[in-house]
Amino acid sequence: MSRYKVNCGFVPLVDSAPLVIARELEFAANEGLDLELLKQPSWSALRDLLALGHLEAAHILSPLPIAMTLGLGGFQCDVDALMVLSVNGNVIAAGNALVARMRAQGWHPDLTDAEAAARALEAVAPKPLRFGVPFPMSMHRELVEYWLKGRDIALELCSVPPPMMAEALTSGEVDAFCVGEPWGSRAVDAEAGELILTGRSIWAFSPEKVLAARRDWVAENGAAAAALMRAVYQAGRWLHEPSNRMIATDILARSEYLGLPADVIERAMTGHLLAQARSLGTAVPGFLHFHTGAATFPWRSQARWIGERLARRYGLPVEQTAEIARGVFRSDLYRNILGPTGIDLPGASEKQEGALVHPTAVASSRGGLILQPDRFFDGEVFDPAGE
Amino acid sequence: MTTPLRIVVVEQNHDRAQEITGALREGGWADVTVIADDASLTRTLAATDPDLVLIDLTNPRRDSLETLSEVSGARQRPVAMFVDQSAPELSAAAVNAGVSAYVVGGLSGDRIRPVLETAFARFRMMSQMQSELDAAKRALAERKTIDRAKGLLIQAKGLAEEEAYQLLRKTAMDQGRRLIDVAQALVTASELLR
Repeated sequence: MSRYKVNCGFVPLVDSAPLVIARELEFAANEGLDLELLKQPSWSALRDLLALGHLEAAHILSPLPIAMTLGLGGFQCDVDALMVLSVNGNVIAAGNALVARMRAQGWHPDLTDAEAAARALEAVAPKPLRFGVPFPMSMHRELVEYWLKGRDIALELCSVPPPMMAEALTSGEVDAFCVGEPWGSRAVDAEAGELILTGRSIWAFSPEKVLAARRDWVAENGAAAAALMRAVYQAGRWLHEPSNRMIATDILARSEYLGLPADVIERAMTGHLLAQARSLGTAVPGFLHFHTGAATFPWRSQARWIGERLARRYGLPVEQTAEIARGVFRSDLYRNILGPTGIDLPGASEKQEGALVHPTAVASSRGGLILQPDRFFDGEVFDPAGE
Repeated sequence: MTTPLRIVVVEQNHDRAQEITGALREGGWADVTVIADDASLTRTLAATDPDLVLIDLTNPRRDSLETLSEVSGARQRPVAMFVDQSAPELSAAAVNAGVSAYVVGGLSGDRIRPVLETAFARFRMMSQMQSELDAAKRALAERKTIDRAKGLLIQAKGLAEEEAYQLLRKTAMDQGRRLIDVAQALVTASELLR
């Protein structure tokens, strides 16, 4: 018997798994939730439907709720990120010709060395270097710009819908792209290009998708929002088990979700990527997190990192904008709702981003929390206290 | 509509494109270009520089337009979406909320015209509000600079606030410059000397 009905939008990507699993394995139903998942053709469509109230919740790019609250793109709407749905999970691919030129520079593809890949790219990049990302307000864009900052590269970003990335590479619309799986692997299989790096090599623990809802809906439907958060948390914990990930792969492959062969979805799920077509594959530890190291906790410091970058890009007052961004990531709500279920909550809601090189035990409510490495490839540390 | 509008329709399906173009012509818009939603979309759009883009709500290429409006910056162009008849309430809700326009399917000239006109009026209003907002922000920033310049004069010369203001104004008039420019020069100079 369901007490609440929630329409939740998603874009067909591997990292929609926590919502799909919450529905399919009845974590949602057990919370009294009738969770309807509605596939969306584009991020702008998802954003507008969320803002207009046709969707109550959404699987959304982590910078987008902040951008919506700031009124950047589309129309202004206060949107909360209730929790993080997934950490990492992006790949960077370059077209065959560009990869060949990088190789000629002595670069060897290893999917991990962001510094070496950037250097090789700098030496051979066409001017401009056209880089495909799914959306202007996305972690993909942040990662690419962070990775290539200060390089002698005329970066030109283009938004390309993920399913069209392979075609964009073949047609020359873009020279390279950063996208969520399985769309990078699809491009590899189509022999449009090769994977050269994963997002985690740029930032080892970046919030990728978040669970978002309008602030007024959350205020008026506290019980439904809480049920949704509990269901998604349980789905993430279930997805943490490697054996469960195979089941999740088969479910995601169905036509109502990704509608793609399981073997291409499996790569992201197991962290075993094929960088080139017909290659043996490379294991990428920590490629995609749904649970480990408080992955679902919406750190205010992550929000601030995003907010400061948006402020500088769009010419907004930095301090004020960062403060609004912090308020979007509802670590307060996360504590209130998931704390009583007995989970291990971090002692703080902010941390230095990029300071952890190794898995590190931190203060937590039950004393067993180990955070995963979160370093940036250049060793910079982002201090949310400023300076 | 007094000025002719340059409209681009993004539509792969030939018949559908014809239908929409016909409806637009009937509605009095003659400058209509149809382009396919393939890889050349963004380049063609940038070259055409339309006033209005019509694209199917369910077309994933819509996200490409987001970058485009970001690149064009201040000259933001309205993007209108057309949806099929299954979602008429959506178009009304969208237009009311200030999305440029959602045009419902069955694009007859007499239906498309009022929707587009509403959308355009709203877009112009939003643009005007934005420029008024910018002007207000600028005025506020200028006020702050002038206050700081006054403060510097009060400190340095022991003037009363009104006297400081008069001095700034007189200097500006004597030099044939704007008050804000004189104040800015004073603030900049004091920062250099600090």
